[in-house]
Amino acid sequence: MNTLILRETTRVLFTLILVFSVATLLRGHDAPGGGFVGGLIASTAFSLYIFVADPKDVRRLVRADPLKTAAAGLALAILSGLIGPILGGRPFLSGEWVEIGAVELGTPLLFDFGVYLVVVGAVLTFALEIKEPGAAPAADSEE
Amino acid sequence: MSWLLASAIVLPLASGVVGLSLRPRRAVQQCVSLLAAIGHLGIAIALLVKVWREGILVAQVGEWPAPFGITLVADHLSSAMVLITAVLGMATIVYALCDIDENALVKDFHPPLQALIGAVCGAFLTGDIFNLYVWYEVMLIASLALLISGGRKAQLDGAVRYAALSLVATTMLLSGIGLLYGMTGTLNMADLHLRVQQVENQGLLSVVAILFVFAFGIKAAVFPLFFWLPASYHTPKVAVSAIFAGLLTKVGVYSMIRVFTLIFTHDVGYTHGILLWTAGLTMVTGVLGAASHNELRRILSFHIISQIGYMVLGLALFTPLALVGAVFYILHHIIVKANLFFVAGATERLSGSSDLKTLGGVYREQPLLAALFFVPAFSLAGFPPLSGFWAKLLVIKASLASQQYWIAAVALGVGLLTLYSMTKIWVNGFWKARPASAEEPPPLTRPNRLLLLSPIICLAAITLAIGLWPGPLYDLAERAGHELMDPSKYVEAVLGPSQTASIDAGTGVAK
Repeated sequence: MNTLILRETTRVLFTLILVFSVATLLRGHDAPGGGFVGGLIASTAFSLYIFVADPKDVRRLVRADPLKTAAAGLALAILSGLIGPILGGRPFLSGEWVEIGAVELGTPLLFDFGVYLVVVGAVLTFALEIKEPGAAPAADSEE
Repeated sequence: MSWLLASAIVLPLASGVVGLSLRPRRAVQQCVSLLAAIGHLGIAIALLVKVWREGILVAQVGEWPAPFGITLVADHLSSAMVLITAVLGMATIVYALCDIDENALVKDFHPPLQALIGAVCGAFLTGDIFNLYVWYEVMLIASLALLISGGRKAQLDGAVRYAALSLVATTMLLSGIGLLYGMTGTLNMADLHLRVQQVENQGLLSVVAILFVFAFGIKAAVFPLFFWLPASYHTPKVAVSAIFAGLLTKVGVYSMIRVFTLIFTHDVGYTHGILLWTAGLTMVTGVLGAASHNELRRILSFHIISQIGYMVLGLALFTPLALVGAVFYILHHIIVKANLFFVAGATERLSGSSDLKTLGGVYREQPLLAALFFVPAFSLAGFPPLSGFWAKLLVIKASLASQQYWIAAVALGVGLLTLYSMTKIWVNGFWKARPASAEEPPPLTRPNRLLLLSPIICLAAITLAIGLWPGPLYDLAERAGHELMDPSKYVEAVLGPSQTASIDAGTGVAK
């Protein structure tokens, strides 16, 4: 799989896809898009990178443990749902908004970002486990 | 009080997050998981008590009113299912304390287990059919993670079949939901109940209904879509297969009951007729499969299938008594079935084998374990006065009352064969002398033995209690059954009284 063409296109596409995934995430509030799709798009970028590079390089690039990233995402999504009930005694997942200049920021964005992290983390976990068979248990016993 | 509904789903998921972030400190993970299970049990009890006192509870997530947002609904059936899930989750976690975690290979058991419990509760509590699909997907991911943990070849083999069939099921479910949305323009189940009555093309509605039969049928492992179940359920760790056996297929049955009482009641003769045949064939093939096997967990896996037949039978007859029977059957069966898997696991651990050919002498060496096997096994076969007797009695009485004599005969015959199967385990595994070639397993320490047996004792006690005092559970099942037969209360609770009236008037004109 590791050909020159794939390697060179990945170099260009990797950044492009990541930027596109963030754009999809942000546009998701009023238009088609959002955390889930954005996360999937971002994970295609990482999957491409896993194809051409050593899994160790990918882990070094991502830095955070993918499984813990997914956990953090889920935590963020749950917390975003709890802000409404805590601030105003409203039901679970109620939207709370702050206006900063012309931009409205709210808990749904936080929720979407959480979903984004869950998807990226989960796909990366699977992909890396498949690419480096047998390496995971060894890494675990060191911990 | 919407937090009660939401927290039944959020608490297990949140504890899964905490568990993941505490990786790899296993002792802390166990503590978190155990605490979450205790909390979940408390929430589930509070939920059932509240529903019992005040009727159907509804929460609109994010303050989006029904039918536009996602609605969480707890009626008697849902809240009873949540409670039984919490009980089983607790039992599994306690059992796993000494069984799973001794094995260094099995890592990350608790987080996916908690995610599974959260997803199952989500499926029970949601009032939105697309949301139901989402919970099915979460369930699939969590159960896959549990199935393959341990990484033996047989497990991967079982997991691949399980995943392939599950993907087919969820694709069908999604197509069905899409078609339904195209016809009615709504995803809220209460709203769907009203809108499907206005759909002109009732034939297309029947086609969609059959898509749902297939999708939930694969999940519930009915005939002829069951073959993934015996292939995968005996491979993972005992605690995992116990919670799978108790819960997962029953989520399929629950969804079937929900959809075929609330949405697809336009042509009961056709749709429920198909369900009736399915129920009969499921009962027979399941029990015959069980009769032909010799490995404990394989026998028990086939019995899940045959028992699913009884539950579907209750739904297919579609009379109040039959639905009461189906609900009673599900609630009793979850406890009994999971317990049988625990007993099988404990037998394997204490006697060193799970194959009837090499097993023996359990009655002499482990009299307590033998007694604990007796309760769920003979309850499963429908022996009076154990809980299974009342469940079978209700279902068979309902089929006689609907003058479906042949299916009543099938149900009775299958009961006999179940008894044969349980007797086979009893005679070969427990009564006969231990074969000379069999090895003695390493003995367990006292506290570990206690941990291994305590969930079995508790579940057996519940089975006995239901058998000796069936009244309270019957009352609960009766309320649930009547709610299912008359969905107007459900619809009113979700949409509010005014909307119901206006749309009802609309349907009146359309008719």
